[in-house]
Amino acid sequence: MKVSYYPGCALHGTGKEFGLSVEAVSKALGVELMEVDDWSCCGASSAHATNFKLSLALPARDLMRAEKDGAADMMVPCAACFNRMKATQHQLAKDERLKREVEEIVGDDYRGTLAVRNAIDVFHNLVGPERIREKIVKPLKGLKVVAYYGCLLVRPPEICAFDDHENPVLMDNIMTALGADSLAWSYKTECCGGSLTITQTKYVVKLVDRLMTMARASGAGCVVTACPVCMANLDMRASESLQLPVFYFTELMALAMGLTGPEKWFKMHRVDPRPLLIGLGLI
Amino acid sequence: MGTFLEEVNARINGVPLQRCYHCRKCTAGCPLAFAMEYNPDKVVRMIQMDRRDEVLKSETIWLCVSCETCITRCPNEVDIAGMMDALRAMALEEGKAIRGKNILKLHEAFLAGIRMNGRINEALLMAWYKLKSGDFFSDLAMGIDMYWKSKLALRAPRTRDLRNVRGIFKKTSKSGQEGKRP
Repeated sequence: MKVSYYPGCALHGTGKEFGLSVEAVSKALGVELMEVDDWSCCGASSAHATNFKLSLALPARDLMRAEKDGAADMMVPCAACFNRMKATQHQLAKDERLKREVEEIVGDDYRGTLAVRNAIDVFHNLVGPERIREKIVKPLKGLKVVAYYGCLLVRPPEICAFDDHENPVLMDNIMTALGADSLAWSYKTECCGGSLTITQTKYVVKLVDRLMTMARASGAGCVVTACPVCMANLDMRASESLQLPVFYFTELMALAMGLTGPEKWFKMHRVDPRPLLIGLGLI
Repeated sequence: MGTFLEEVNARINGVPLQRCYHCRKCTAGCPLAFAMEYNPDKVVRMIQMDRRDEVLKSETIWLCVSCETCITRCPNEVDIAGMMDALRAMALEEGKAIRGKNILKLHEAFLAGIRMNGRINEALLMAWYKLKSGDFFSDLAMGIDMYWKSKLALRAPRTRDLRNVRGIFKKTSKSGQEGKRP
């Protein structure tokens, strides 16, 4: 299966292990990633917080380029990029005049034909838990996880059109397929504070501590995420007494599938997850 | 242009703010409400009361982190997150004194990074933000730690067709000043 692939900036930087693990897992599951040629940044919060048209034109440029690749689907692992791509498609689909204006700004034609999918969607709905289960050589027995979806994968639901927006389960299903114990908890879609992490650190620490407290109360030994911003906040902003290891869900997929890479990626985390995994005999 | 309310409604490009009946679900779910001087539903009311200056000069509009919980839970589909975007853009266009200064500086550094390279290099972004904000020392140890973990690269791939990307900035900055959503 071929899909267009938009890695986005974070997957080359602070979310490096997300990018590497997405690529490794895709390859092992027979998903061929065609990186969008000469892609540019989606503009993230900074564009839509300050300039409406810029916030549409930047993702539109990438969507237009991806449409030329001919794949029906585009995988966008970063939750922030995913949200901007979906929001742009939504705005351009409902407003013909706006679409023409954005086409003029970018200097290209927009068709709106791509199915934009985050990585959970691709692995759960295009590949499927059954196929994932077949590839597992090392079930993650004894690993108690809470799946944390955050904001931008699920909200607003009519734009993201992905999973249940109050109680999403697709990442939990993948964790269950890997043999991990995916626990029920009530903070799946609470906000981690996102981009305020740099400018309003004190508020983000408060939000992250709340999440970690709930994760611990639920009995989790670690948190699993699919967003580089959530990862950065949970891994770096929790107060010392509340810290838990945090994983990208694709890192755990790679670990259970016996792929090379996970141990190298785990070294990039701020909270070292290796003692937990060694204790369970998983590495 | 008409009242403050009409202007904001035109920009939101969704249902009018008058649909809000102040059930306060937006405020109840807002992760940053505890830090805001005006709760999200209060901002809606202030717009209706034409309290333009207080709203556009508030820190509230910059503290909104765009988690979209408000619009997701609003029984009347009022796009509060879109309203906050519109208010920030208006505050900028009208040259209002910005209360969330560092937040805006980060946004500016972010967008400047895209204009320069087409993509964000996080090391460069942080350096730029620190120069603009004067906040040199926070997170320095963390930055060094990330550098050693090879997560902050000093050189990162750029977009080749930068002329195209910069053209987008140029064209939208003009239409941004004209300032109207269709």
